[in-house]
Formats: sequence, C-alpha cells, structure tokens
Amino acid sequence: MNTREPFDTYRSKLSSGEETCEARVGAYLSVLAERQTLNAFLCVFGSEAHEQARAIDVKIAAGTAGPLAGMVMAVKDVLCMKGTITTCGSKILEHHEAVYDAAVIEKLRDADAVIIGKTNMDEFAMGSSNENSAYGPVKHPLDETRVPGGSSGGSCVAVAAGMATTSLGSDTGGSIRQPAGLCGIVGMKPTYGRVSRYGLVAYASSFDQIGPFAQTVRDCARVLQVIAGHDERDSTSARVPVPDYLAAITGSVDGVKIGVPKEYFNDALSAEIRRALETKIVILEAHGAEIIEVSLPHSEYTIAAYYILATAEASSNLARFDGARYGFRADGAKDLTEMYTKSRSEGFGAEVKRRIMLGTYVLSAGYYDAYYKKAQRVRRLIQNDFFEAFTKVDCLLTPISPTTAFKLGEKMSDPLQMYLSDIYTVSANLAGIPGISVPAGVDAQGLPIGLQLLGKQFDESTLLNIADFLERTHS
Amino acid sequence: MNGKYEAVIGLEVHAQMLTQSKAFCACTTTFGNGPNHNTCPVCLGMPGVLPVLNRKLVEYILAMGLATNCSITQRSVFARKNYFYPDLPKGYQISQYEDPICQFGHLDVELNDGTVKHIGITRIHMEEDAGKLVHDMHVDTLVDVNRCGVPLIEIVSEPDMHTSHEAYQYLSMIKQIVTYLGICDGNMEEGSLRCDANVSVRLRGTDKLGTRTEVKNLNSFRNVERALEYEIARQIALIEDGGRVVQETLIWDADRNVALSMRSKEEAHDYRYFPDPDLVPVVVSDAWIERVRAELPELPQKRRDRFVADFHLPKYDADILTLERPLAEYYETAAGCLSAKNPETFKAVSNWVMTDVLRAVKESNITIADFPVTPAHLSAMVNLITEGTISGKIAKDVFEEMLAGGEAPMAIVQRKGLVQISDTGAIEAIINEILAANAAQVEQYRAGKTQVFGFFVGAAMKAMKGKANPNIVNALLKKKLDV
Repeated sequence: MNTREPFDTYRSKLSSGEETCEARVGAYLSVLAERQTLNAFLCVFGSEAHEQARAIDVKIAAGTAGPLAGMVMAVKDVLCMKGTITTCGSKILEHHEAVYDAAVIEKLRDADAVIIGKTNMDEFAMGSSNENSAYGPVKHPLDETRVPGGSSGGSCVAVAAGMATTSLGSDTGGSIRQPAGLCGIVGMKPTYGRVSRYGLVAYASSFDQIGPFAQTVRDCARVLQVIAGHDERDSTSARVPVPDYLAAITGSVDGVKIGVPKEYFNDALSAEIRRALETKIVILEAHGAEIIEVSLPHSEYTIAAYYILATAEASSNLARFDGARYGFRADGAKDLTEMYTKSRSEGFGAEVKRRIMLGTYVLSAGYYDAYYKKAQRVRRLIQNDFFEAFTKVDCLLTPISPTTAFKLGEKMSDPLQMYLSDIYTVSANLAGIPGISVPAGVDAQGLPIGLQLLGKQFDESTLLNIADFLERTHS
Repeated sequence: MNGKYEAVIGLEVHAQMLTQSKAFCACTTTFGNGPNHNTCPVCLGMPGVLPVLNRKLVEYILAMGLATNCSITQRSVFARKNYFYPDLPKGYQISQYEDPICQFGHLDVELNDGTVKHIGITRIHMEEDAGKLVHDMHVDTLVDVNRCGVPLIEIVSEPDMHTSHEAYQYLSMIKQIVTYLGICDGNMEEGSLRCDANVSVRLRGTDKLGTRTEVKNLNSFRNVERALEYEIARQIALIEDGGRVVQETLIWDADRNVALSMRSKEEAHDYRYFPDPDLVPVVVSDAWIERVRAELPELPQKRRDRFVADFHLPKYDADILTLERPLAEYYETAAGCLSAKNPETFKAVSNWVMTDVLRAVKESNITIADFPVTPAHLSAMVNLITEGTISGKIAKDVFEEMLAGGEAPMAIVQRKGLVQISDTGAIEAIINEILAANAAQVEQYRAGKTQVFGFFVGAAMKAMKGKANPNIVNALLKKKLDV
C-alpha cells in the first residue's frame, strides 16, 4: 500500500470496499516503525487507532461516515487531547496529561478522522529546525543529516514520509509553511481567527494558528473545511462564514492577479529558489494569470517586530509552567522562589529560556514603549503594506525560505541566522493573513523547494485554487 | 491631627461582583463549596485554555460607572498583570490597564458636619480575583482556586481625601451604591469589599504631594479609620523627627493596631502589563449604555432626598431608612399601605422601622427580606393606632406577636381581645370607683400635689387591663379631679 497516496485518490477505494481504514492504519504504523530514526512521533496510539479504524470501516460500509472517514492523521504535541500526554516538546510537561480535548481534536473526531499519534516539535513551538525538542530533533525524510524545518517538524515529516495521510501543526511565524516547503508537501496557515485555538498550548497568542499538512492541496482543503469556523471558547475566533473549499478549486487561474513583492528578492534568497519561482511565474502567465510587482515597504522590520511581540506574549503565556500545579517540579527547593527558578531552569530548554528573557525584557518598565509599543506600531504598518498590496492583487507569490533544508546543527549556534530563516513566513502571522506552502520542484541536491502564496484575510479559497494549479504544474 | 500638616488620601476599592459565573469561564461563584470545587480547565490555567468574557460583568461595571458619574470608554481592553504566586494559576491576572472601561467619575460625599466633599474617581476597571493559600501546619501550603477568576471591579479614587473621616464616608458611599445596584454584597469582613489606601502628608498650604505609602488589608470600616489615623500620625511624627517617609507597601495588623512594612519601592513588582491577546476589546455601544442607564435603580442620595420631600421625614430618619436598599423598600412599601397618609403617620412608621424593626432584625440576625413582619402588617398596625383601635402600648405587644408568628395585627387584636376601650361610660364607672376608694389621694391632688395624677391613670389602666383609651382616661380624670 502506498502510504503517500492522497486521501482524495484512495477514498473511493474505501467506499467500494477495495481498501479499509484499518488496513491503512496498519500500513502507516509499519512505515512509522521502519522510520523511527526520523523521530517524528512522541507518542503513537496504535491499538486505539486500529479500534477507531474498525468502527469507521463499519460506518463507511453503512454510509454514515463523516467527511474525513478513512483519513489517518497525526497531530502536533501542542494540541490537548484528553487523557493523553501533551508535552509541547518540553521536559516541563514530560508527564502532563491533558484534561480536555482541543476544539480541533473534537472536530476531527466528529468528522471520523483517525488520530494515530502526536508528533515531535520544537519546544513550545519555538524554532525553525525542530532541533529544540527536549525529545531530540526530527530528521528530514530525504536526508537524515538535515533538518525538516520547524517548529511543526514532526507533523510535517509524518505526512512527508507516509506515516499519516494528513496532520495538524501550528504556525506562529512559519511553523507549518516552512517545514512543508523544506519537505516538499502542502502546508497551510489559515487566517488568524479562522480556526479555534482552544486547546492549542499558546506560544504567542496573537500569532498562533492551527493548520493542516497534506500531500495535496485538495486534502489540505478537506481538513481545513472540518477545522475552520467560529468557536465560542476562543474570543479571537472569527464569526466569518466558512465557504466550500473544494468547490473553490476550479483548476483555472485565468484572470487572477498575482503580486510578487520586490522586497523578497534580495541576496539572501538562493538562486535555485528564485529560478523555481520564476518558472512558476511563466506558467501562471501562460495560463492567463496577471503577475504584478508589488511593494511591502516595511519588510525589513518584520523579523525584529515579530521577535519582540511573539516573545513578549510567550513570556507571559509560559508563566503558568511554574511547577506549582502541574508539570515538572524540581526537587530540593528551599522556598517558593527557588521552586520557581529551579523548576523553570531545569524544565525549559535553552531557546525557550532565551525567548522568555527577551519577552520579559521588552515588557519591562522603561522598555515597554521603546520595544513592545513600537513593535505594535510596526505590526500595523506591515499589515497596512499587505492591505495596500491586496487592493491591486488577489494574492502574493513568494519564496517560503531563503534556502532548502539545511544541515542539523548548522544554525544552532547562531540564533539570529536561525530567526532569519523565517523572513518570508513571519509577515503573514504579523498581518494575520493566510498562507500556503506548495512544492515547486527540487534543487540540485534533490531537496524540495517550496513556494508560498499569501492571501487576503479569510480568502483561503483563492490560495487553495492557485496552489492546486501550481501543484498540478509540478514537474 | 497636627494642624501644621495635611494628609492626602486616595483609596483603591475592590468589589467582588455578584455574577453567577466567573469572569472568564462558566464556573459558579458560589461561596462555601469545598476547596477547588468551583474550577474548570480555564480557571485552573491548564495549558491551551482561553478566557471568554462574562457579559454580566460588563453590565455591572457599566452600572457602577454611571452611578459614579464616570465617562464610559466605548472600546476598552484587557491587560495581563504578570507576577508569580501559587494562587495565580496562569502567572498573570487578567485586568485592565490602559483604557479602563470607566474613567473621570466623582462622588459628592456628605460629611458629619453637613458639608459636601467632591471626591474624584480616576478609574473603575474589571479584573479577575486570585485564589487563596491555605497554610496547613501539618501538611504544607495548599492552594484553593475556587476564587480564581471571580469577577472584581477596582474603583480608584483621586487623592482628594484629607481625613480618615472623609475616607470613611467615601467608602460608606461606595458600599451603599454597590449594594443598591445589587452588584456586590458589600461585606468587608468577608472580603467582598476590600480597601487599600495611599497615604501621604504635606505641610498645610503646600501643593506638592509628599512621599506616599500604600496600606493594605483594611478589612473593616473601623480598620480603615484606624489604619489611616495610625499612618498619618506615623508619617507626621517621622517628618517632625527630621526623618523622611519611604515609599513602601504596609500591611495593617488589626490585632496589634500597627501597619507593618511589606515591601519597599525597590522590591516592588514590575507587572509588565500588556494587552491580553486572548481577549478582544470590549466594545460598548451607545444603546447598551442607555439601556443600563435606564435600568439603574434610584440611588441612595436621591432616594433619601425623596423620602424627606415625599414623607416629610427628618433628614436623620431618611438617612437611616435609605442606608440599605431593602430597608428603604420596606419603609416605602409600609408607607404606601397606610390608610391615612400624612406626616404624622409617615413619621410613625419611620419610628417603628428605626427602633423596633431594626432592633428585631439585629437581634434575630436576619436580613430585612426575611423579616417576619411584612411592611403591610406593620402599616396595618399603625393604622389600628391611628384609628384608635389599639393604644401605642398595646401595639408593642401586637408587634411582638407579629414577630413571633407573622400573623396580621387585626387577627392578633381580635384573638387576644386587645381592642381599646373607648366607651366613656365604662371608663367613667371605673374612674368613679377609683376616686371613691382613694379619697386621701384625691384630697392631696386637690391640695396642689398634682403628681398623684399619674397614680390615678395607672390605677384606671390596670383596672381595665391596659385596654382603656388613654386619652379618654386622661380627659375624664382631669374633668373629675379639677372640679
């Protein structure tokens, strides 16, 4: 059984009885076992998945199955699933059992998706290479000396290596789109507020958004269809109607106006990625799309604004991990302050501590105006850049990362270099707009190149349609 | 206080709101459940949870803002106040910092000397309460998070007060308003109403503010007065001795009558406030404000003035009767049930309420709402006195009966045969007997020793078991003795 076959093509075999969900679960589990060195999963629900799959096969036969029946999914270990350990890739939550289900978990269950396991990630979703996990790095499926990208590296690799049909990740600064790009699959960050964050352990609340990884854009659309929509438990989730995403995929790009932001084509961008992008532009134009150069003048401040605001929020969001009520508590503390400092010093990894310190600093009395407030203003300027661009075009086509997958350890000693690898993705989180990563060939070393489409708020439909077109022109 | 100095006082009052559920989750706010019973993943601060604002809290604070002449911020935001403590599960408290929902209000507070003091209200904002630590000698320090997320409003005054009396009166008025609005039970001892004071002193006649201290843990009205007096005296003594006031937070120890230093300015927290990204701005429309305004009850001062005007009551009576809304309503209902509505009967009802009703309420330790004598029964009893059916003295007995059994006064009067005797003939016959039997006293009276008049009244009333109409007894005795 080809475990990299998209749901879209195998689902007819399920309804005809040619294949079963249970057999698929078995196939994914065997790939998972074969490729343990990838370190994609933190926990696997083998027997539960089998049991669930059997029940779903019955439903499929009876014609009462939900829209994701037969889909076998992996979820990032930052999503709470009642009764299962939810570590967020951190030692501080090593034994933490979630006491409730995240909104998206409920929705996946209601749609009859099987959840096969929870995936490895950069600790608290902080990282671009998946090397910040307390449980070891995730490896790139095509070259295990390389990173798969992060922070949703495990969820990305689960799909890329055929251990699950689709998966969920979270994207705060590119954590879905960047690994999808580096591993050659589809990954989408929906509009901020499109998907409920209830049950997503927060890194930076005003940036975080849950989204799918998939082999194809159509599979991505199917998952998004299920998880999108307003949720009363998340005050920031939007009351915007959810359109039919599959219906939005028309196969045509005729007349679509696609912007290319000139600021994104600087020296940092690899020549091969630039060529891949130019190739796609030629194809799009040949099929009736109009390519327009646009400007996002505040792009150079993107990384600085992001790392001020996201770390500020993180410093507060992560305050609850103090050893008092749940999670890791260090032994031998003499008093309360020592309990806090020891538990947090021993429980958190280096990158998390770095970001907590950054965030604490920018919120401190005397620095708040100079950093946090100023970064908020920059955020609005960046948002306005996008809104201005979207008065001229329907979406933007950009690179996803400056380079293809880099070597494990290559950027670990230089946090700034690591942060700069997010340069093309973080702007979407600052602006709250949707973005999707689509495969666009490989470089000379055979490593996948991904491109990114950015769209107007709540216009995932346009992105899915163009991404689907690009996917099918993939040579 | 030393006449050379003037104190400057500002109060921060926290009022616990009487909403049914917590500020940001659906947990009950019911008091008295077992430790950690009123909890859910949200108020426990479990990973991944999100707050959802209780709209009732907004309604309540809007009412308070309007009742204290505030301007309403139509787009206000929540902020996180960050600090570590085991009773704070998220490591931050959701509060408001910049752009609180109510600002620039004031109250006109009446002082005991009859003057009116204008006290500014800087801001009123919404926030959530923290939990509490239980120190168990044998086990450890335990955390009870039942109170976590219970909605509070914080009312911050301008530093407009100069004496402990002004602070006391201001706080009394705040309590009166929150209880009138029905948004807080106003109980300081139980912590539903809490007060912290910022205090400084300066030379009288100067404008520059002195260094202030913050005094916390003022858990009764009496403690507010005592702690302020203590702290003002301490600061003056310090300055007089050539010392300087240090900016610090003090905690009032009511048992020892002292304020102890809790932390200095250097140790003060940096709360790192920033807008809470999990909550959207609170947007209050004009229509919403107007609806809350329309639903505001009559406020205490207005009601007091109306009682003086409508019921011709002395201001003293009206003040007491309107102190608490249920009592004011009790009086007003009773007054409305009077058969003869005039200044005398209104005052009669007032006297009964202020003395007998309040005494009985206090003695039985119940609220006026549970008081067995309904306002209708009370005024029916006053009607019986007015009509001459019973005497004021008999009425005292009737009142006790009503208190014990909740029976209507007329039923008691009939059952016990307490109807007043106004039959002149019957009274006259008794009086004749008494005068005949006490010839010596009659002689004394007529010789000018008029004090014995009371003896005849007492004897007549006794003979008639207290039921004789005292006016008729008096008149007849006078007529017969003064011949």
